[in-house]
Amino acid sequence: MVQYNFKKMTAVPTGKDFIDIILSRTQRQTPTVVHKGYAISRLRQFYMRKVKYTQQNFHEKLSTIIDEFPRLDDIHPFYGDLLHVLYNKDHYKLALGQINTARNLISKVAKDYVKLLKFGDSLYRCKSLKVAALGRMCTIMKRISPSLAYLEQVRQHMARLPSIDPNTRTILICGYPNVGKSSFINKITRADVDVQPYAFTTKSLFVGHTDYKYLRYQVIDTPGILDRPFEDRNIIEMCSITALAHLRAAVLFFLDVSGSCGYSVAQQAALFHSIKSLFMNKPLIIVCNKIDLQGLDALPEEDMKLVTEMKAEAAKTVVAQGGEASGEAVLLTMSTLTEDGVIAVKNAACERLLNQRVEIKMKSKKINDCLNRFHVAMPKPRDNKERPPCIPQAVLEARAKETQQKEKRKLERDLEDENGGAGVYSASLRKHYILADEEWKEDIMPEILDGHNVYDFVDADILQRLEELEREEGLRLEAEAEAEDDALDMDARDLSPEEREALAEIKKKKAMLIQEHRIKKSTAESRPTVPRKFDRYRSFTTKRMGRELSTLGMDPSAAINRARSKSRVGRKRERSQARGDDEAVNMDVDQPNKKLRLRSRSRSRPPGEVVPGEGLRDSAQKVKAIKLAKNSVKLRNKSARRGEADRVIPNMKPKHLFSGKRSIGKTSRR
Amino acid sequence: MRIEKCWFCSSSIYPGHGIQFVRNDAKIFRFCRSKCHKNFKMKRNPRKVKWTKAYRRVHGKDMTQDSTFELERKRNRPERYDRNVAENTLKAIKKIDKVRVAREARHHAQRMKGNKVSEMKAAVKELEQSIHMVKAPIALKEDPSLTLPKLKVKVVQPAQAEDQMEE
Repeated sequence: MVQYNFKKMTAVPTGKDFIDIILSRTQRQTPTVVHKGYAISRLRQFYMRKVKYTQQNFHEKLSTIIDEFPRLDDIHPFYGDLLHVLYNKDHYKLALGQINTARNLISKVAKDYVKLLKFGDSLYRCKSLKVAALGRMCTIMKRISPSLAYLEQVRQHMARLPSIDPNTRTILICGYPNVGKSSFINKITRADVDVQPYAFTTKSLFVGHTDYKYLRYQVIDTPGILDRPFEDRNIIEMCSITALAHLRAAVLFFLDVSGSCGYSVAQQAALFHSIKSLFMNKPLIIVCNKIDLQGLDALPEEDMKLVTEMKAEAAKTVVAQGGEASGEAVLLTMSTLTEDGVIAVKNAACERLLNQRVEIKMKSKKINDCLNRFHVAMPKPRDNKERPPCIPQAVLEARAKETQQKEKRKLERDLEDENGGAGVYSASLRKHYILADEEWKEDIMPEILDGHNVYDFVDADILQRLEELEREEGLRLEAEAEAEDDALDMDARDLSPEEREALAEIKKKKAMLIQEHRIKKSTAESRPTVPRKFDRYRSFTTKRMGRELSTLGMDPSAAINRARSKSRVGRKRERSQARGDDEAVNMDVDQPNKKLRLRSRSRSRPPGEVVPGEGLRDSAQKVKAIKLAKNSVKLRNKSARRGEADRVIPNMKPKHLFSGKRSIGKTSRR
Repeated sequence: MRIEKCWFCSSSIYPGHGIQFVRNDAKIFRFCRSKCHKNFKMKRNPRKVKWTKAYRRVHGKDMTQDSTFELERKRNRPERYDRNVAENTLKAIKKIDKVRVAREARHHAQRMKGNKVSEMKAAVKELEQSIHMVKAPIALKEDPSLTLPKLKVKVVQPAQAEDQMEE
């Protein structure tokens, strides 16, 4: 029995991909090395193998495609019709036909070229033959690439078709758009069909499964059908028509009595009458949905009449099947929103279908074989005593209570819905906590305090332990206080404040020395060492010496006098000059104070004149020396602009170096 | 939410910080920052790296055993919530902290006690040796104490002004 599961079909590659796959496989799986020095038979064999291998692969792959795609005539007419509705039978057959012809053509091409290869006389000729053969095969493939693309699309769509078994127990749901068919199937099965307020939400068939009396039933949800002539119907509606036409199923015709689907009862009744031919030999139930919006008794007159008409039609089918002529199981009311009557509808439909199927089976010839095989044994009554089943009282009471309780139980889900839905309401998980005191349920316990994890400290008897700790601490503090008293006169030697002062002073001086030395060291390379006599900052004065000596505790007067006397060379001459005693005198005794210019008088000279004692030979030399000196202070060109001496390549790739062949060697570098 | 301890330096890792490394034997190493992580990858032993708590504990710079540490212990058994216990715990944490800090300070003081004597000796020695930098030998001979020399201030008497005043 064919499984109507189109998910197992292998993917159909596109034309280009197909060619690539086959050719690369040929490349990999056949020997690749051949030289023209080989024996001619070996060459021929090499190339023939390639051609045959390619042809075989093409044949194999194309055959799998052709075999896997179902033949519309061989499958159940329901699927045949469905596929025709969805993909157009002719187009489908043509595509497969094209694949078939391509397969044959490729075989022919291969055969011809192999025949030619048998007579190839050189490597080059064999090779060109092989190239031609493969080329022709690939051209054939290129020509059928649109068909391959179409088949791939079809395959992908087929894989997503619902797996409907046309022979098993099926319940079909049909009616106008928006009447509540998908809601119904959502309620009775585990299918999760989209339910939206706009029409044509369901665009294809959906399958769900439900159980009744230990048997599994398929429930098929169809897209809504509008009332229009057969030719005008679109693909979506055709799907439902096909399902109705071919599947032997119980049909539930949905009717929206409230009119909230947007179509009146009259329109729906008209649709019913136009497709009632499709309900031949099928158990039909008319389901009035949305009675929570409009009750059946509250319907206006004309609508009621239409409904009774439909009921009469449905009743006819019951009679035709040889069932009871009562009118109960043909018109049912329900509401998918309040779930009122949904189960009743399902049960009625399943029951009717089951009965019909059993009837048919009973009438077939095969049944006798089955009947012969089993025998129901009925025990003969021993006497006339009644022996009803015995149920203990407690069980009966419990059953009664259970039904009561089940209705009253309120779920968390309902609570959530009441308070605004999933995004708005967040369930309080703490409701059912078991704590010593009910008020503690909403308490928030801190987890971190002052860099500690609170949970690490939690202990039932923490207070007690804390007490112990504090007691310990107290004891320790006392012990410490005692120890302190004893240990006071440990140090014999302690410095007095004046000594401390002296020590601080010493430290300061040492630090200064070190700092100065560091500065001098770091600037030693950039700073010129000027001999002390030039004393630029006038730091070596008697005043300073006096100050420093007095801080050291000495009387500086003697030293100052000595320094002064030594510095006054030529005393007699300078007596006439006015100068103060307190004036800071230069300490170096060798040279007279440069500020007192005594005899020297300056005179301006021409630039080239050589002054005796300068050290230059003649004025030419002096002029040259001046020139050199001026050169050294010329402004350097630090703006880094390109000068004449900077190397320049005017032509990065001169033609004479990069063109032409070499007699020996490679030209990969020049 | 827990504050973890860094495996390398033993500092606390707050949520959202650091890196956790799980080794093939399912041992978890947590690091507070990339410094510790990189040191770990270099296979350095925290007991030998000066700035880590492990080093300080091993070398006796910080307190190792104490009863305050016993009170803070990871318990794996969940306890039923009790408001009173929670309150007491929170108060206790603060007190325990104070005690612990006091004890650590004491430990530190104990460690530093011997310093004073050696410092004093060094100070005395320096004073004796380098007194010449602030006191000239002459001054030292006159006043042999190891203190700064007393400065002699010259006082100039304005005698003429007084004569004028008398008139």
